[in-house]
Order: sequence, then structure tokens, then C-alpha cells
Amino acid sequence: MKLVYREREWELRGGLTARAAIKKIGLDPEAVLVVRNGQLVTDDTLLNEADEVKLIAVISGGVGGSGHSQGRLEL
Amino acid sequence: MRQHKLALCGEHFTEWLISYTERAIEKYSMFERGDRLLLAVSGGKDSLALWDVLLGLGYDVEALYIDLGIGDEQYSEQSKAKVERFAAGREGAAYSVVNVKGTYGKSILELAQEKRGRKVCSLCGLVKRHIMNRTAYEGGFTAVATGHNLDDEAAVLFQNALRWQTGYLARQAPVLPSTHPHLARKVKPFFRLYERETAAYALVRGIDYIYDECPYSVGATTIFYKELLNQLEERSRGAKQQFYLSFLQARDRQGLFQQQLAQLELAECEKCGQPTTAPTLCAFCRLWEVERD
Repeated sequence: MKLVYREREWELRGGLTARAAIKKIGLDPEAVLVVRNGQLVTDDTLLNEADEVKLIAVISGGVGGSGHSQGRLEL
Repeated sequence: MRQHKLALCGEHFTEWLISYTERAIEKYSMFERGDRLLLAVSGGKDSLALWDVLLGLGYDVEALYIDLGIGDEQYSEQSKAKVERFAAGREGAAYSVVNVKGTYGKSILELAQEKRGRKVCSLCGLVKRHIMNRTAYEGGFTAVATGHNLDDEAAVLFQNALRWQTGYLARQAPVLPSTHPHLARKVKPFFRLYERETAAYALVRGIDYIYDECPYSVGATTIFYKELLNQLEERSRGAKQQFYLSFLQARDRQGLFQQQLAQLELAECEKCGQPTTAPTLCAFCRLWEVERD
């Protein structure tokens, strides 16, 4: 199966769960969503040899930047 | 969604997320039917997903996109395009755009170049908060809503707790009431949702959001803390949720950090009329005023 994350690709043997495959390539299952053959699947889904899997990063950043909440009164 | 001990198909997942959000809005008295909401949208997954949910729930919501003029990788143009595309495909999706350079004379980047020592993120936050607040006040909106999710809140809490920033710890909350006629009420309807859940919602709903992060967020400490918390979550299911929600409960029920919650005396900025703790001009107006000198 082919795994794609950002611009990187990996070829893995089928028979792994999505979660196991994600960990195998060194990514954090909490930080990605799994799209198999164009469909969002849960991370306990068993992946097949012919699957094309895209991993979508979910972490967004720069929120608050300095660590303060909207309660910060820079007024 | 192991933290909820729940696994749902796409259709039921979206129903669940919408219902979960609605329960949060009601439980925390964020706003009511008939209130006018101003939603800050960035073109990212959280703000567009929240816009979709609020429209679906029938709330009176208008989105605001602030064009900061970030030309790197055409970030501002691309993120604005996502907002426009969402609105074009969604009935009733009203929005407005404030162009920082067009309105105030400089983009965020130009301001950062002139203001040595101020990072882009810091200026960005200050400028966005001012504009959202001003738009809400001038437009007669009941509250400003943002798409902050639980991962966002937990990362901020973690960072503040590491340094024991008690002033911030006292104030961090999913609802910030208005304490001045010109200070908007702020709400975070997604605050109980994991980032993975809001992303999944956007994907299942076919919402086209900007995938790439702001080029100035690369290396941001918030992202680092999110990654650390995800490692914790991997070992202890529900840890992020428990960390943040238990903090809120403990603080509010036990009265933690009350001394830091002392009401600040707010005056009105001589130039724009927005609340400020400074004697004459607010931080936003001071930013532009110095440059003119």
C-alpha cells in the first residue's frame, strides 16, 4: 500500500491497521486523519495491499502565539 | 474518537459533532437564538467548520475575514479564497473582509519590519483582536465567536501553566463576558472538540480549507506543545480533554487565581474609543501612532 503525507511517500505491506501503519512511518496517529482511496476511515481500519492512503495533518499552529488566551488584556 | 469511547460513520459523526457543539453553546450560555454573531474566519478548518455548524443550526452569523497581507506563499490570498469559496457554496453565508493595509496603511509584515522586537504573531494577534472587537461593537453583534478547539486551549493552558502565568490562567475560558460596552463578548463553541474531530468534520462535509499553515507559524511553540500533549494522549486516552476541562472545573469551583482576576480599570482610547488600560491610546493605536511620528 502507498502512504502519502505532505510531499512524502512510503510503500508498506498490507495487513496493518491504519494506526499501526502511521506509527510505523514515525507519525503520531493523533496528529493525522486517514483517507483511504478517497474516503475518511477510522484508524483501526485494516489496510490492504492495493490501498492508496493519504494522511491529512490536523495540527494547526500559531494560535495565541505567545501562549496567552483571549483573556490577555493587551489593551 | 477514543476519548469519547465512540466510533461513528461519516453521517452520524457530523450529526454528533453538530449536536455536541449545540450542547456546549447551551451549557455554557454562549449565545441565544436571535443573537447576532460575528465569526472570525481564517480559511482554516476550524473556522470554516464552525461557520458550517452555526449556519446549519440556524444561528444568525456573519463571518469576518481579516486580510493581513501575508504574501509569503500567497497565504493571505489563498486563505481568503477559501472563505470566498465556502460562502459561494453555502446559502446564507454572509461575510465581510477587512484589509489591514487598505484600512490602516500597512500590512502586518510591513509593520513587523518597522517594529523591531515585535514578532509577526504578536502583532497579528493584537491587530485581529482589535478589528474583531471594533467590528462587533460597531456592527451591533452580541458576541464574537472563534473556532478555537480543545487542542488549542490545552496547548495555551499548558504553556501558561509551565510558567505559572497566573494572570492568564485566571482568565482563560470558553466564554469571556463583555466587561465594557466596547469590549465584545467572546465565545469558543468548539472548545470541547479535539482538532482531529473538527478536521474530520471539515473533510466529511467537503469543506475546502487552507491546508498549509501560516508561514509564520512554523516553529511556533503552540505546535510544539500540541505535539507533546498528543504524546500524552497516545498513552492516556482522554488526557487532553481531562487536562483542560478539569482545570476549568477546579479553577471555577475552588476559586483558584481569584486574586489575579481583579477587575482592571478600563478607560477608552482617545483615538478609537476601544477599552484600554493605558492612560491615552490603546495598544493598537499606539502601534500606528508611533510609526507616523
